[in-house]
Amino acid sequence: MTRDRLQHEQAAAAEPCPCQEGMRPSVDLGRRKLLFAGAAATAATGLIGSRAAADTKAPPGAALYDVPEDSTKVPGRGVHEDHGYGTRSQFEKEVRVKADNPSDITSWTFTPLASTIGNLTPSGLHFERHHGGIPVIDPDRHDLFLHGLVDVAKKFSVAELKRLPSVTRKYFIECSGNTLSEWSKPKGKNVQFTHGLLSTSEWTGVPFATLARAVGLKDNAAWVLAEGADAAVMTRSIPIGKMLSDALIVYGQNGEALRPEQGYPLRLVLPGFEGNTHIKWLRRLQVSDRPFMTREETSAYTDLMKDGRAKLYTLAMDAKSVITFPSGEMMLPKPGQYMIQGFAWTGRGRVHAVDISLDKGATWLPARIDNVPEPMCTVRFSFPWHWDGKPVVLQSRCTDETGYVQPTRAELIPLRGENAIYHYNAIQSWAIGADGSVSNVHI
Amino acid sequence: MYTSRLAAAVVAACTLASPALAQERSHEIGTPVSAEDLKPFFSIQPGGIGLPAGSGTVAHGREVYNQRCFYCHGEKLEGNRDMAGPPLAGGRGTLASEKPLKTVESYWPQASTLFDYIWRAMPFDQPGSLTADEVYSLVAYILAEGKIVGQDVRMDAETLSKVVMPNANGFYDGSGPDLRIYRAGADK
Repeated sequence: MTRDRLQHEQAAAAEPCPCQEGMRPSVDLGRRKLLFAGAAATAATGLIGSRAAADTKAPPGAALYDVPEDSTKVPGRGVHEDHGYGTRSQFEKEVRVKADNPSDITSWTFTPLASTIGNLTPSGLHFERHHGGIPVIDPDRHDLFLHGLVDVAKKFSVAELKRLPSVTRKYFIECSGNTLSEWSKPKGKNVQFTHGLLSTSEWTGVPFATLARAVGLKDNAAWVLAEGADAAVMTRSIPIGKMLSDALIVYGQNGEALRPEQGYPLRLVLPGFEGNTHIKWLRRLQVSDRPFMTREETSAYTDLMKDGRAKLYTLAMDAKSVITFPSGEMMLPKPGQYMIQGFAWTGRGRVHAVDISLDKGATWLPARIDNVPEPMCTVRFSFPWHWDGKPVVLQSRCTDETGYVQPTRAELIPLRGENAIYHYNAIQSWAIGADGSVSNVHI
Repeated sequence: MYTSRLAAAVVAACTLASPALAQERSHEIGTPVSAEDLKPFFSIQPGGIGLPAGSGTVAHGREVYNQRCFYCHGEKLEGNRDMAGPPLAGGRGTLASEKPLKTVESYWPQASTLFDYIWRAMPFDQPGSLTADEVYSLVAYILAEGKIVGQDVRMDAETLSKVVMPNANGFYDGSGPDLRIYRAGADK
């Protein structure tokens, strides 16, 4: 291409003209609405008028393009029109849904489990729980301090941590408040609400053990306080045994840097432990001989039992599973063949088996596990099922490699009462009505 | 003989050198920090470990509370649902009931936690803006309203470390497996 021609094309690209409609992401919605009002513009570019007119706003994470009548009859858009970072299709609209809380600064969002594909959660759909909002942190000005019962207290820059030998592993993170709506009544209408504080990512980071060797641990090191650099200055105490077995100082998520809402630039990942302990925006680790009894491990994230006493440090997430298809608020169009699908996970190792019951737990049949089980990672399961059109209850049950079997409500509630808030892991029941409607029930 | 001696020397050099090298590398990781570098950070532990100098009174605490805290936590520490502010007092004797009221007074096992949390994260709209004296005073006020300390208390590192919370013995270690899940006939 000659310089003249290049300049000519650049000049042409800068001119707004109908011929370019359909080739560029819509950023100027006001102008686009006007254009849609004009039938001439639509006809000139071969748009499907009704569809384009209906979608005047791109879904979050997508850019809006005009939709040609026949995508083989017009050239598609060129490379790099997204400025080098791609977006999802404008036809994909699933989003995190936020909880109905008085303040969005201390609140949470749910992952749309019924519509994520495969085992990993897209980073932009990973559930959130923040206690003081999402901070903006410049990684060049962020250090991780490691001190307390160590030989030499040190700080580590983000750049230095990235230079150290790293590991990359897939782990789920589940908020221990996941499914808290279900203790007394079947309150959650759909699986995003009942189980959506669960997400799985591929995490990349440095083992805590590497940093421990760099500072030297004292003989009486027993607990480590992890502290975040958010406005909540979130703190949790972690047993040193966990820190030295598989704790990671993570900077990568699904092939790129951590998302801000997942702790950019650094977060702690404690495989299988309750989500709150995976301290985001990690800035400090203090080694001690005792736990710190911080607010989030005493006032909150403790499990109140029926006798009025409460459990401290219930950190590992118990085995759990949920059917995502069919699930609450869905509608089966007619009797016939369906593939039941769902997730199973455990904080104590690998998922060993997932079973399905179609008769309220009287009998259980093995589901197919669709990916190779990995420690502290979700698995997908599926189960071919013929619906005869009669009302039925669908349930899934996870057994982990320790032999722990996910309990029924009838087993769990007598043990925990209904006020524990955290660590609800009973078997979930979805009722299919004769009309094909799916609803959350307790049996 | 020459080759085997050389081989032995190489093996010896490697076995000696590798751990030394690894150690040296470990020591090269990170930048040592001084006590001064760590000054911006704090964490208060049970027994008063980490408490700063300073002191406060109930009267001063009431003043600070009415300026900085009541909007979210209520005029009488009863909490304000609309502002996501939990109640701070009341609720004693409710923990085993159907509707437990978890407050500083009824639930929190350690007074050190109250100082630590207020100092690091409160007030919600201006976290970390209170002085140590203001935090001591707020702790005195909240504990006095919960009838855990007297109205005339002078709260400082020493008095705070001696406070015994009403629910101090209400917690137990839940880190192990829930043994009752494994009882015989649990699946019946």
